Amino acid sequence: MSIPMNSQQVLDREYLEIRGKILEVAASLDRLERAAGDVAQDPRMTLIQQGLQIALQSNDAQGDSRAKQIQLLFSREYADSWRKEFEL
Amino acid sequence: MDYFDPHIHMVSRTTDDYEILAKMGCVGMSEPAFWAGFDRGSVDSFRDYFHQLTDFEPQRAAQYGIQHFTWLCINAKEAENVELSREVIAMIPEFLDRPNVLGIGEIGLNKNTKNESTIFLEHMELAIQYNQQILIHTPHLEDKYQGTRMILDMLTADSRIDPTRVLVDHVEEHTAAEVLDRGFWAGMTLYPITKCTPQRAVDIIEMCGGERLLVNSAGDWGPSKPTAVPDLILEMRRREHSEDLIRKVVYDNPLEFFSQSENFNFQPRD
Repeated sequence: MSIPMNSQQVLDREYLEIRGKILEVAASLDRLERAAGDVAQDPRMTLIQQGLQIALQSNDAQGDSRAKQIQLLFSREYADSWRKEFEL
Repeated sequence: MDYFDPHIHMVSRTTDDYEILAKMGCVGMSEPAFWAGFDRGSVDSFRDYFHQLTDFEPQRAAQYGIQHFTWLCINAKEAENVELSREVIAMIPEFLDRPNVLGIGEIGLNKNTKNESTIFLEHMELAIQYNQQILIHTPHLEDKYQGTRMILDMLTADSRIDPTRVLVDHVEEHTAAEVLDRGFWAGMTLYPITKCTPQRAVDIIEMCGGERLLVNSAGDWGPSKPTAVPDLILEMRRREHSEDLIRKVVYDNPLEFFSQSENFNFQPRD
């Protein structure tokens, strides 16, 4: 399905929203850094970093959007053998 | 614009919300049975809940010109209690001929466990036995992808299931296309943090098209927004989508899906 607005119109409309969302993420990471303790080894921090990397890339080779790739990054894996394991 | 919210938990909302929804164009809604925020202790708790869904809520909605429909089940969280779940499933037929009952729902998975899967299959059997439509809850956050795939496995493995009579709800970017590709209806839930924003939902409409796609608020006792569907309407207008497409997603599609239930006696406004 075509999108009625062109990319310039989308950028004009969303520039400040995108800026604001990037600032929110940056401020959250700053907050983590200012807080006592160290979460660098927490696997969730790795996921956050990987998610940010995906956001900077284009769609992947399969044509999956950044949003879909990030959703899959934060998802548990699916194995089609689950019914056998559950004996269902 | 008149719209239909296909998934909203009005037992959790005040009467003020009915008034606000009516003012914003809501003319109909369907309310799946769900978790109360605590695990209920007996089948009679569910019997009382089903009375509320089939008797009290339609009356409360009607005061504001909203037609209320419902779906019955024991939800995925409480499905961990297999014994109680089986008692509830055995009791559900008492209510299936109530005039606002559309089918079995929202059944599904929560943590993708064996017990949840067992009870999902037994709900499926009930729906097949009584020729009922099915409304499905898919898990949240990291469990969604795996759980949605498991649910699709169970549905597609049974040739008696007609995918055009099944709505798989709470789809997002990583699950919408597969649900639609397999012939099911898909619902997007506009809900803060754990589900989809109106902006992302419109993205999904733009990527998947408007066929067999519904949008709902899931308004419940959590931090939800019962007026989320009008938020989506506004977002689509801001992006200059046609009124025909907007109406298809928020009104025509729900009516087309629900019309497959013999109890769906919705009366459009003149």
